[in-house]
Amino acid sequence: MSQLALGVSPHLRSNRTTQKVMLDVIIALVPALIASVIFFGVGALIRVVISAAFCVFFEWGWEKLMKTPVTVCDLSAVVTGILIAYNVPSGMPVWQLIVGDFCAIIGVKMLFGGLGCNFMNPALVGRIVMMFSFTTSMTSYKYIGTLDALSSATPLGAGTLGWDSFLTLFLGNHAGVLGETSALAILIGGIYLCVRKVIKPIIPLCYLGSLALFSWIFGGSTPILSIFMGGAMLGAWFMATDYVTSPFTNKGKVIFGLGCGFVTAAIRVFGNYAEGVTFAILLMNLFVPYINNGTRSKPLGGVTEK
Amino acid sequence: MKTSKWKIFTNGIFKENPVLILLLGCCSVLAISVTVSGALGMGAALTFVLVCSNIVVSLLRKIIPDKVRIPCFIVVIATFVTLVEMIVHAFLPALYESLGIFLSLIVVNCIVLGRAEMFASKNGVFDSLLDGLGMGIGYTIVIGGIAVIRELVGSGTLLGARIIPEGYQIGIITQTPGGFFMFGAAIALLVWALGKKGKKFDPRIGCDGCCGNCNLGCDNKEDNAKAQAVIAKEAEAK
Repeated sequence: MSQLALGVSPHLRSNRTTQKVMLDVIIALVPALIASVIFFGVGALIRVVISAAFCVFFEWGWEKLMKTPVTVCDLSAVVTGILIAYNVPSGMPVWQLIVGDFCAIIGVKMLFGGLGCNFMNPALVGRIVMMFSFTTSMTSYKYIGTLDALSSATPLGAGTLGWDSFLTLFLGNHAGVLGETSALAILIGGIYLCVRKVIKPIIPLCYLGSLALFSWIFGGSTPILSIFMGGAMLGAWFMATDYVTSPFTNKGKVIFGLGCGFVTAAIRVFGNYAEGVTFAILLMNLFVPYINNGTRSKPLGGVTEK
Repeated sequence: MKTSKWKIFTNGIFKENPVLILLLGCCSVLAISVTVSGALGMGAALTFVLVCSNIVVSLLRKIIPDKVRIPCFIVVIATFVTLVEMIVHAFLPALYESLGIFLSLIVVNCIVLGRAEMFASKNGVFDSLLDGLGMGIGYTIVIGGIAVIRELVGSGTLLGARIIPEGYQIGIITQTPGGFFMFGAAIALLVWALGKKGKKFDPRIGCDGCCGNCNLGCDNKEDNAKAQAVIAKEAEAK
């Protein structure tokens, strides 16, 4: 019996490995990295590298400690590390970043069984932990403007915005966390992912669409601007589309995306926090098993359970 | 089943630890374990109430009618809680402030009521005293241990003395999510420590099939079935 390999279908083999998929994601994240180095200086690059290195280190260390196979070569820890660094402002102390890495990799990923078993997006949990623990350093946004480095509120916190600020938002020349400011750079990465068929554009489009719609209904900000503000772009293209924590059916992806947009808009307009992307995605992450069960397609000729 | 006195005493500390194995009294553990001084005060107060109520319930176990035993236990427990509350209020006002409502809530603390129901009402006075003492110490060790880590990491102090310099604290540990995380980690640690070589610890070992309101899901449902039959008979007689 032990020679029989039992696995879940499909049994089709392809050259696609986790490593290659994750490499594509890393390539897609490069434009945003370039943008953040332009806007925030070399400190951005340093933080991204440190964060990725520590995520890999924690995963490797845990697997050595628990005597389980070492899986750091699948590059998923690198992606998590980059995304965590993208979620902090440029002035973030490095040790605080490492605390976030630890909570993401050990707390959410490895304790629940490693890649594929995490019930929430590790990078977002890392962000939440840092947000609650180091609120001051997580909200002091600094950016290198035309003159000197100056700190200011993100456009999200600043309140009213006119159409003239659209270009600023789109290009990313404003205050914010490392990876979220430039919508253009994130869009380039997102389109690359879609072209390489790493992700389907369903979740991001539903997310951003419903965010714009509900922002308009709730009377918050201008619908089109709302999707370019804060972490919506980064969240929609790179966080919500995480394979493990998003539904696998197309119908489920639509529900997931719409739900994320609804919660984000609701938190932005009615909540205490300026940004709701993190909470929205994490909340919808928890619903994924139910969405999956509810939208599972019936096998051909199968009998529906009553 | 006769168990040695030492076993009864250590039962509450390890194998049947009220907080980590029986999962009783979690509310106060999560809420009070932010500072070490508060945690130790809470542990001492609970241990005192537990020992006293166990002794009195054990003394009265032949007199108390079965049907109204829970209200009787509550009266006994409430007496001692009121006593503790007044003493702490009078002599340790700072501790009284920091414990707040949780001091009076010892009345409905599952550990005290649970031990009265599960142990003291079935065993002799000296055994009940040992059981109360063991359970109280088990509770104090857990809440104190969690509090040491939470205060050290979250606030950078220990019993109010600064150990880690200002600015290097991880605030989330002192907040609710940190409390739950520490609680889960403590359970995992104890279960891991109690496991024998190559064999995982089964928390149901400690259960003697009382089928009270415990949540261990043991297999011994005989007593429960008997009780159900008696209830059904009584209903029929009416």
